[in-house]
Amino acid sequence: MGSRASTLLREEEIEEIKKETGFSHSQITRLREDFQRIPELAINPLGDRIINAFFPEGEDQVNFRGFMRTLAHFRPIEDNEKSKNAAVSEPLNSRTNKLLFAFRLYDLDRDDKISRDELLQVLEKVDVEQKMSIRFLH
Amino acid sequence: MNTEPRVMRFPYCPHGALHGGSLRLHRRTVVRTGLLYTQAKGLLDTLGKVEMEDFGAFVLWALKIWLYLVISLIMIPAMFGFSLGISETYMTILVKTLEWATLKIQKGHADEQLEASASNGLIQREDGSMEKELEELRRSRPKPPVGGDFTLSDCFYFTRRGIESIVEDEVTQRFTSEELVSWNLLTRSHKDFEYISLKLTLDNLGLHWPHLVGHRNICSWITSKLEVTTNYNNPNDSHIPSNFFSYGDCYLLMCASLRMCVFRMKFWLSELVHVMCYRICARGLSATIHYHNRENKPKKGGICVANHTSPIDVVILCNDGCYAMVHGGLMGVLQRAMVRSCPHVWFERAEMKDRHLVTKRLQDHVNDKTKLPILIFPEGTCVNNTSVMMFKKGSFEIGATIYPVAIKYDPKFGDAFWNSSKYSMVSYLLRMMTSWALVCNVWDGGLKRAKVKESFKEEQQKQYSSMVVGEDSSSNSD
Repeated sequence: MGSRASTLLREEEIEEIKKETGFSHSQITRLREDFQRIPELAINPLGDRIINAFFPEGEDQVNFRGFMRTLAHFRPIEDNEKSKNAAVSEPLNSRTNKLLFAFRLYDLDRDDKISRDELLQVLEKVDVEQKMSIRFLH
Repeated sequence: MNTEPRVMRFPYCPHGALHGGSLRLHRRTVVRTGLLYTQAKGLLDTLGKVEMEDFGAFVLWALKIWLYLVISLIMIPAMFGFSLGISETYMTILVKTLEWATLKIQKGHADEQLEASASNGLIQREDGSMEKELEELRRSRPKPPVGGDFTLSDCFYFTRRGIESIVEDEVTQRFTSEELVSWNLLTRSHKDFEYISLKLTLDNLGLHWPHLVGHRNICSWITSKLEVTTNYNNPNDSHIPSNFFSYGDCYLLMCASLRMCVFRMKFWLSELVHVMCYRICARGLSATIHYHNRENKPKKGGICVANHTSPIDVVILCNDGCYAMVHGGLMGVLQRAMVRSCPHVWFERAEMKDRHLVTKRLQDHVNDKTKLPILIFPEGTCVNNTSVMMFKKGSFEIGATIYPVAIKYDPKFGDAFWNSSKYSMVSYLLRMMTSWALVCNVWDGGLKRAKVKESFKEEQQKQYSSMVVGEDSSSNSD
């Protein structure tokens, strides 16, 4: 999506954050391994997918802004935030955007479709001993 | 009275004495101070004939009395381990004051109640079980009569739990200070309370002045009054040195006696002196320690493992018996003296990296039955005393008998957790000395042998797959 690139953090913004908060560069960006160290996330069957949702396409680092963007999806919906004009872009925690986030958890190759294989892959992660057959899809 | 400006000899105006050129600038102030001085002197003379020599004698006499009091009422009971009951009465009165004060505050702020007790963290969580939450998510679909079910909405549950753990996980929570349910009247422990009513301050003053015995209590009283009325940011310099005096000279006493022990070469004597010195240190911190289950106390040739909340833990454990400790790096004359007298285990900084060497050294120490039990903190770092971190397994691989010990501080009297990223060692010690008191309980545990659980990862997966597949999982196979 075209809007994604423009919201990523630029170098100047990282410098600004560094000056304001006193964090070093390494503390403002995070790698995948840092997330994997959280034990509760490691035992979650969907843990890897959640971590991938933070990182933009093909990158190994997430900066603070990207992190907040992803977390913003999880804010509770406020009912009085109904926007009158459709031209204003919806807030990140609107119902539509939340569903879009969940959709992207399944859609691994980001082609905006969930294929059968992708669905099977989810269940693979969840199974322990053997691949299950999915009766209701046959 | 001579009002001539030839007053450059007064101590208040050194500029006048040294720089003749700048005398002109200070003339008016010099004249004024000279006037004041002579007036004051005349006043004093007429008042009471208080001369400098009498005043000095008075001070000396007061100092002597104070010293006798300190030695007889604090040091001697501390050395021999009995108590005169003064601290106990202080504690009971303190507890009553705190309870009464909390009630007062609660009446005043009825609406903005201590909601901190409701949620202990940043986010609000729903702690339902997996089955309950997935049922809730699937409620719009009809349930199949037999077998399990899979819906796309199942991912919501896992995603929510995952994001919750990213925002706030159990491990990070353990490294911030515990929030108190009822405030303990130290402004540092409650972020919201910055001013308290005048009445409360005066009542506090009235209750605490009888405890003038024990210089430590005086200092804590004064500094805590300052805390209650102002936001406690800087220590009050004039009162802290007396605390440090007791702490510092305890340490010196310990080292001096250790040197003496070198010549005697008697371990029991050095043990006695050690315990005595630690007891004095503990009294300096106004610590009350309760020991439970003393029959499980660590014996020689074993390893004692304890939870770690602050550097004071060492003082608390050593009040009861002597332990050998593991130290890295040799620094200073003091520690070299300790090496010769007391069988601590020492490592050079480079040797710490080599695990085999470390293990071997510890094993040698342990196998020698005359050596003291080693004290190890397996968490490796200071934790905030509400829960326990995962242990590092190095100390358990040595193969000696393990004696677990639990240390729990009472948070009502002051927070003992050392947040090393927030406070340096010195400011931490200052905080310790100026909190109300240090009350802790030490339990010696007997070791229970339990099997280690299987990997937790499979638990969640098993649970979910049984929900998807249903009760008759045996019939589903590829």
